[in-house]
Amino acid sequence: MKTLISLIINGRKREEAVGGSELLIELLRDRLGLTGTKMGCDGGDCGACTVLVDGEPTLSCLTPAAAVDGCEITTVEGLATSGGLHPIQEGFHLKLGSQCGFCTPGMIMAAKALLDKHPEPSPQEIRAGLANNLCRCTGYNSIIASVQYAAEKLKQATRARTRGGP
Amino acid sequence: MSRGTRGAKGESKQERKIVHLEREALQTALGTRQHKYIGKPQPLIDGVDKSTGRGKYSGDFNFPDALVGRILRSPHAHARIVSIDVSAALAMEGVRAVVTGADTDTPFGVLPVARDEYALAKEKVRYKGEEVAAVAAVDAWTAEQALAAIQVVYEPLRSYTDPREAMADGAEQIQPHKPGNIEREVDHEFGDVDAGFAASDAILEEEFYAPEVTHAQMEPHAAVGQWDEQHGRLTLWCSTQVPYYVHMSLSAVMGLDMSQIRVIKPMVGGGFGCKTEAQSYEMICGLLARKARGTVKLVVSREEVFFAHRGRPATWTRLRLGCTNDGRLQAVSAEVIQRGGAYGGYGVVTILYAGALLNAIYNIRNVRYKGFRVLTNTPANGAMRGHGTVDTRFAFESMLDMMARKLGLDAVELRKRNLLQTPTMTVNDLLVNSYGYPECIDKVLEASHYHAKVGKLPFGKGIGFAGSHYCSGSAKPVNRSHMPHAVVTMKLDIDGSITLFTGAAEIGQGSSTVMMQIAAEVIGVSPARFRVVAADSAITPKDNGSYSSRVTLYVGNATVQAAERMRDVVFQAAARGLNAFPIDVELVGDEFRLISDPDKTLPFKDMVEIALSYEGTIVTKGTYATPKITHGGENYRGAGIGASPAFSYSAQAVEVDVDIRTGKVTVENVTVAHDCGFALNPLSVRGQVEGSVWMGMAQGRQEETNYENGLPLAPNLLDYRFPTIMESPPIETIIVESNESGGPFGAKEAGEGSLAAFLPALANAIHDAIGVRVKDLPLSPEKVHAAIQQARKARKVSAAPIAEAGR
Repeated sequence: MKTLISLIINGRKREEAVGGSELLIELLRDRLGLTGTKMGCDGGDCGACTVLVDGEPTLSCLTPAAAVDGCEITTVEGLATSGGLHPIQEGFHLKLGSQCGFCTPGMIMAAKALLDKHPEPSPQEIRAGLANNLCRCTGYNSIIASVQYAAEKLKQATRARTRGGP
Repeated sequence: MSRGTRGAKGESKQERKIVHLEREALQTALGTRQHKYIGKPQPLIDGVDKSTGRGKYSGDFNFPDALVGRILRSPHAHARIVSIDVSAALAMEGVRAVVTGADTDTPFGVLPVARDEYALAKEKVRYKGEEVAAVAAVDAWTAEQALAAIQVVYEPLRSYTDPREAMADGAEQIQPHKPGNIEREVDHEFGDVDAGFAASDAILEEEFYAPEVTHAQMEPHAAVGQWDEQHGRLTLWCSTQVPYYVHMSLSAVMGLDMSQIRVIKPMVGGGFGCKTEAQSYEMICGLLARKARGTVKLVVSREEVFFAHRGRPATWTRLRLGCTNDGRLQAVSAEVIQRGGAYGGYGVVTILYAGALLNAIYNIRNVRYKGFRVLTNTPANGAMRGHGTVDTRFAFESMLDMMARKLGLDAVELRKRNLLQTPTMTVNDLLVNSYGYPECIDKVLEASHYHAKVGKLPFGKGIGFAGSHYCSGSAKPVNRSHMPHAVVTMKLDIDGSITLFTGAAEIGQGSSTVMMQIAAEVIGVSPARFRVVAADSAITPKDNGSYSSRVTLYVGNATVQAAERMRDVVFQAAARGLNAFPIDVELVGDEFRLISDPDKTLPFKDMVEIALSYEGTIVTKGTYATPKITHGGENYRGAGIGASPAFSYSAQAVEVDVDIRTGKVTVENVTVAHDCGFALNPLSVRGQVEGSVWMGMAQGRQEETNYENGLPLAPNLLDYRFPTIMESPPIETIIVESNESGGPFGAKEAGEGSLAAFLPALANAIHDAIGVRVKDLPLSPEKVHAAIQQARKARKVSAAPIAEAGR
């Protein structure tokens, strides 16, 4: 028995018929080809599958697809809106927040949720915001630096917008 | 093209030429060159693919008609297989293939001396989780139903988790060809060890234990196999560090000529050694694809990763060390038992590494090593970052601190009194050329303020020091041949781009980026013109793969040669275009120009036109083979292991806070100095060193894999607790450059050597903090608390306050 759900994924309206046991990560990866979101464990331990559901960081490997009916989903593929890199992506690239890159999409989405709430996080706030996401390569310091880079860049962009505004 | 104008700064052509020549002369005199593309932080060439989610890992390939592969695993640690009945599974709708041990008759394994594994168990299972059967079906649900329908009858046998029981007389034999369950016994003596101990004023003997740990790479193993029935060919995408091993093993297991197999390595989500060996799941994926005559995607679960992991073995070390009163090490004797698991795997190499790299960091002329690699009914252990050397380094560097205390010497001073004079040949015939260890020590002491802190911090706080080292590639590959160790090809085509082809597996360590930097530097061409194609057997030259930290030195040297040949072609063509000799031409930005007359220029694309005239696409090749002098000795068995063209060195200081009530250890900060010869990409070197230090912390503080009746007790990322961002300390990384003459631009290993030092530095720091020595890893609250309790009991006898014991 399938349920028809309508949702917005990366700014695009979609209608999908989903099975009762189908997970959001299966819908994203296997049916829509959005393979940026990764599966690193058997459910809920590693954070690699983190996406934003209505702005909240959510484990897509534990979320039934049917439960996100009417929601707005953002995955790592939907982060850069103007074609270039989002400042968080740029931070992970330039500061080597990614080595193997497998935790990166989840890490970046968790960082997005963090910076949306706390635009100028302290290192301890960054740690708390990314505490559900495991990385096995970096030792995490370069990830903190990547998020700090993004926070700084976003701050400058906000200032420029405010100054240029009416 | 601009002609006849004066230079930007207004100097005459003649002046400019003189300035240029003077600069060259000065650089030559200083022995350095101004580098354009190396020695500077370079973000990874695949970094954007990672941060956008665009990069494809093995599990990301979606083929519309792909079948789903699933593996049935043994529920017994040791049992005879009486029968396997797959008929019910085969009869199910949607099941396209079922394979068992009957589908392959050729064993495989990474070492030619230990090809003892079948893709699927035959006759016996030897550990819980061993592959018994596999299915390919139209979807995951059907595949799992089919697994449940396979009937296997087992006759359980006695199983062993403890190697000391497996070695005992009368134990059930796990492998028919290994009596006493000894995979390999090593008995080495160099110098005169008894005389060395006789000449010692102080002798210490202690036992150390390190439990099994595992890679826990973020990407679970995955493969996609595509069978072309018309041509009888297989293409396999898989998450591997060594595509060439997978290629060879598939050929053997499937009875298929290597020419009919293509192995492609997409992006790899971490290795740390676990993807070095070709593994059963890759073989099974190939077998299923052929039997189903289609495409099979096989992604193993995280639990399966733990069941069949190839981690660092549990290691029991008994170490004896002799030293004179003035701190000169006279002799060392080590006895090591490694729990190897059910198959040979890398075991012979691991047990040899543990002994070989007792050497090559300090000057010790008398060394005895007895090693036992023992078969047990647990997963076959294998290579893990710092292969074989980590647990013995923990023992050795812990003991140096104990020895220093016994002699009343400063622990770092004791190390300094036993440094090597290099270049030198160790007693076990390892060539040590560049040796930045003394500088690493000094830099760490200075940056960490070690001497202002050690023994002086308040009770509960402490600082510890230790050193470690690792090879830059195994000088002799396990598959002996007369082929070079690395081959790189390079192509220049009409589009003016240069493509570098290498079989070296980029697994996140940044190897493709470094090769691009080296090529850009040698040729003088901007990185923007480069592409790197890594590891596709149909396209890239064969490479021995990403293990033993060999890639920077080996593939780097091959890249230098291919690039030098490309540079010759490029500059000869440019010279022809400028009516000059190549030596008179330089490349600035996208323009060639005459050094003597910089206004005479030739655009890059015009050079390409000339280079390709009458010739077409330009292809160059570079190779590298290790020099014979680096191959190690020939007069004893196992001499090839440990031998390397170069060794990296690391020194670390770790500061801790110990909660005396709970035994909880908080790592407050780490200072590390790593000698990588020359940092081709300092961004990557820092990343690799920090990652190593952190992984050392993970093992030292909290990781362990234990078994109950052969079943791993923590087969998931919640129970196998590696550190989160919350407990990961700041790391201050110092790069030391000893300029290795055998390395590309002086470079050597950066990705493994800093792991081992963390563990003993942590133990030494805990001792400094609370006066308690813990010799059992991990230094978890339980172990530290138990050691504190023991010390308290001992205090009642000795009446020495715990806070002062040994401080």
